[in-house]
Amino acid sequence: MTILLDPTSEAVPAERTRAKRLATLAGQTVGLLDIAKMRGDIFLDRLEERLTKKGAKVIRYKKPTFTKPAPIDLRHEIAEQCDAVVEALAD
Amino acid sequence: MSQAPSASDASKESPPPLPSGVVAFVKRDCPTCVLVEPILQAIALEVPITVYTQDDPEFPAGLKPVDDTELTVSWHYDIDVVPTLLRVEAGRVVETALGWHRGEWEKLSGVEGLGPDLPELRVGCGSLSVDPSRAPELALRFSGSKLQSRRVETASLEDDIQACFDRGWTDGLPVVPPTEARVLAMLEGTTRSPEELVAVVPPDLQPCSVEKVAINAVMAGCRPSYLPVVLAAVEAACTDEFNIHGLLATTMSAGPVLIVNGPIRKRIGMNSGNNVLGQGNRANSTIGRALQLVIRNVGGGRPGDVDRATFGNPGKVGFCFAEDEEGSPWTPLSTDFGFEAGTNTVTLFPGEGPRTIFDQLSREPESLARSFAASLRTMYSPKSVMVFDVVLIVSPEHARVFREAGWSKEDLRAKLHELTLLPGDELVRGAQGIAEGLPDGVRGKSIPKFRPDGLHIVHAGGGAGLFSAIIAGWVNGEMGSRTVSWEIQS
Repeated sequence: MTILLDPTSEAVPAERTRAKRLATLAGQTVGLLDIAKMRGDIFLDRLEERLTKKGAKVIRYKKPTFTKPAPIDLRHEIAEQCDAVVEALAD
Repeated sequence: MSQAPSASDASKESPPPLPSGVVAFVKRDCPTCVLVEPILQAIALEVPITVYTQDDPEFPAGLKPVDDTELTVSWHYDIDVVPTLLRVEAGRVVETALGWHRGEWEKLSGVEGLGPDLPELRVGCGSLSVDPSRAPELALRFSGSKLQSRRVETASLEDDIQACFDRGWTDGLPVVPPTEARVLAMLEGTTRSPEELVAVVPPDLQPCSVEKVAINAVMAGCRPSYLPVVLAAVEAACTDEFNIHGLLATTMSAGPVLIVNGPIRKRIGMNSGNNVLGQGNRANSTIGRALQLVIRNVGGGRPGDVDRATFGNPGKVGFCFAEDEEGSPWTPLSTDFGFEAGTNTVTLFPGEGPRTIFDQLSREPESLARSFAASLRTMYSPKSVMVFDVVLIVSPEHARVFREAGWSKEDLRAKLHELTLLPGDELVRGAQGIAEGLPDGVRGKSIPKFRPDGLHIVHAGGGAGLFSAIIAGWVNGEMGSRTVSWEIQS
């Protein structure tokens, strides 16, 4: 038997309960996060169209660059303003 | 995986108290200790003396020595040399004499006329508590508690190296199992404390301590003396400018390339000469690997997960080399980033595998620069411009051509920028029958292949060979990665 030291961050995933599924989209605010990869906006435009048709209010967000994680302020803003979020990758 | 106690019970012991009076630490294996055996006996006739023996419980004769063969007392009182003579008052050491020195011993013990037949002084030997064969185990026994990382116990039938693979800790090559003793020895390579925060490591944005870097450096195969370079590399990699997150995640082939400058290169035995970018040198082979293991293990960045590279490159296991400063006609790379020559630095470049430039006939700098430029122009694609930086590694034989002609590094750089200005007509989409290219707007213009600060020049390589090498970069600037040069703290 050997005792080794854990080389990882030891980030045991905190047990998170998922947000409750939205019963309806009508009257809900849905964030659409564009990660700033080319042509992602085309996909999100179409999503916005469909979500709006179902009565959802859509707010658009965009990361400054797809190569870096979304800034903490942007993440906070989305969490504050939205009931649900769709993050889209396109290329 | 089971979790072992976070510290050994021995570490909880408080330092054993020392008795008042004269206290001596000796071992029989030390000729000076044997020489002073009658002195110690003479002191005992006059004043109270306690002798701690490190090897032979019967030595010195007739003094009922305290058995310190476990070295508990010696370790706690930082005994480096035997014999060591101490005067202790109320548990506190108030006077110390190292080795045999008649004057000091007489003053410390208050006993006159010690050893009239002995030489005036005689140096001692190393204390067993600092002997390389014992020290790591003692450090573990008594200061293991300073390490915070989770203990992972392997099963008795489990091979330790296999255990590291099974837990997902490796890059595909075997790693040195990070035992507490090895990690403590690694931490001797820095004066920074184990719990100090080094960086927040992408992609999981996890805080990384000196201790976590040390663990991964052990696994990579580093020696403790390399640790300061690894620490600096981790700091540099995790800056917003270098953007290791994007470099990890990209579908492109690049990974972090580490170039070391300053006297530390020699001190830790790095290679800047023959086969400089290849295998065979421990420091070159393990420092870059340690950084990549930190990204993998602490940051959570793994191939196929956040690492989306289409091809990757063999250097992603670890890519680190030293510049040949001594043989260079030019100032070191670090000076291009504002450091004084002679500063220990590690420069991180987001690069892919090296590619050789072949030119065996150019003896004039103009000709050789043209040869370099012709290869540089095709980097990634003859139509790709301004997006990717480059490291040009000039070998000693090629550098000689520029040295003899009196070309500075700036002269060469300026000439290469000039020679890699490309006609927009050749770059547009469809030109040369290739759909890839730039929008039509560049027609009639000259477009530089590289940004003004995108062409780095380094001197390295073996003494024979009329070759140079190109390391192509990843996306530069705000969106990608900027080359970062970082001072190495000792």
